Amino acid sequence: MARITYIEHNGKEHVVEVATGLSVMEGAVKNMVPGIDADCGGACACATCHVYVDEAFLPKTGDKDPMEESMLDFAEDVQANSRLSCQIEVTDDLDGLIVRLPASQH
Amino acid sequence: MSVAEDFDPSELPDAYSMPLEELDPSDGRLFEYQKHWAYFERLRKEDPVHLSENEEFGRFWNVTKFKDILAVDTNHQIFSSEPAIVIGDPPEDFTLPMFIAMDQPKHDVQRKIVSPTAAPANLANLEPLIRERVCNILDSLPVGETFNWVDKVSIELTTQMLATLFDFPFEDRRLLTKWSDTATTTDQVGNNYMDEEERKRILWECYDYFVRLWNERENQGEHPKMDFVSLLANNPDTKEMVKDPLEYLGNLILLIVGGNDTTRNSISGGVLALNENPKEYDKLRANPDLIPNMVSEIIRWQTPLAHMRRIATQDTELGGKQIKKGDKVVMWYVSGNRDETEIDRANEFIIDREKARHHIAFGFGIHRCMGNRVAELQLRILWEEIMKRFDFVEVVGEPERLMSNFVMGFVDLPVVLHPKK
Repeated sequence: MARITYIEHNGKEHVVEVATGLSVMEGAVKNMVPGIDADCGGACACATCHVYVDEAFLPKTGDKDPMEESMLDFAEDVQANSRLSCQIEVTDDLDGLIVRLPASQH
Repeated sequence: MSVAEDFDPSELPDAYSMPLEELDPSDGRLFEYQKHWAYFERLRKEDPVHLSENEEFGRFWNVTKFKDILAVDTNHQIFSSEPAIVIGDPPEDFTLPMFIAMDQPKHDVQRKIVSPTAAPANLANLEPLIRERVCNILDSLPVGETFNWVDKVSIELTTQMLATLFDFPFEDRRLLTKWSDTATTTDQVGNNYMDEEERKRILWECYDYFVRLWNERENQGEHPKMDFVSLLANNPDTKEMVKDPLEYLGNLILLIVGGNDTTRNSISGGVLALNENPKEYDKLRANPDLIPNMVSEIIRWQTPLAHMRRIATQDTELGGKQIKKGDKVVMWYVSGNRDETEIDRANEFIIDREKARHHIAFGFGIHRCMGNRVAELQLRILWEEIMKRFDFVEVVGEPERLMSNFVMGFVDLPVVLHPKK
């Protein structure tokens, strides 16, 4: 289980308990957090689950595989701490995770 | 329209009347007469990865289920987009390279350069202009008399939008329509309506026009304007493109077609779908907040581009079949979007369905439609403004569709407008 804080672009915060084994994307979608579209349903195929991971947690989210790198290239306003949230698996290690949502998904 | 004016659609073989091996969904007339649905329904059930072979297109695999299509679309290493993404092959002297039909790394370089024009940040700037244009178009329509929605609304709106993204001279914008329609009138997509030499002549006119625009927009420095031509002409990686006429023309056609008759046909398709499903139209009238969800459902229902093609770069397995290196593989988005094993009640038009955004009309993977938010924006604003003005956009005659296995299009949709009381 991990407590995750999703911060919308307008600053509104959503604090959610997400079960281990789900993705950070699923944590948002299942809890009606707006700002993540996840059009492909988690297949690393649409780049509409783009989030900015809080610096403190970035190393704990693991490495991007080549498909995520490729897809992230086409999201909008990508930064060094950008990830596709469907590729981040929730573990106890991520308890306290904070992610910021972009102004829009592309 | 089929070239043979007296063509009888009952001549098209019924999907269940032939042996499975003979089922070939590539005939453009099947789509014109809406007979393709049964073909794909049978294939999804009985042979989801199905081999066809014909004189026109050679040998090709038909991929009909959502998950298999997704698997092909996301495996760009094995399934190449070169040299073309429609079933038919281009003539050797007119290959029209364009980044939709390129693999990495060149695809990525070119797409990244033009993508900002279609990105939400730029669209937010354009929203007031789009709304103003939608209002002008709707307010100029005849009320209470029959007219062709395709021409007066679908084509007009999308052409204006495209002219904006290209910063194209507004009074000449119907040239964009002409070039888009010409580009997609080819036997490569099962349409035999235009002579190939005439087609080339018209497309070279498009090139000439855009060379003038290129010359006007070079040398803007590091912060060029946000239109497609300025971005290409001012980026170090693409600023020589004008010297490769086929590649410049190819990418122009990609951006013109991609932004043109796709959204055009979703606009028409949405009107028809609501008329064919009156309970859904009632839901919309009762609750216009459903519009954003409805927009996704309209795009799924219409699936403006029926397929995208790939070529296998190595032997591979798909859906239990052995695909050989060099085989054509056709992803039938129009079938994937009606796959009931992936989408609940897929063959029903439901404007408030859950997970409406989970459809494959825009494709998936690195080639996923760059303009998807442009399409959604136009449809959303259009329906917001329609609902403020009209109780009913009533379809009053049979629609006429395009003969094509690629563009799921309308040529004529006769409607009458009923204003809000």
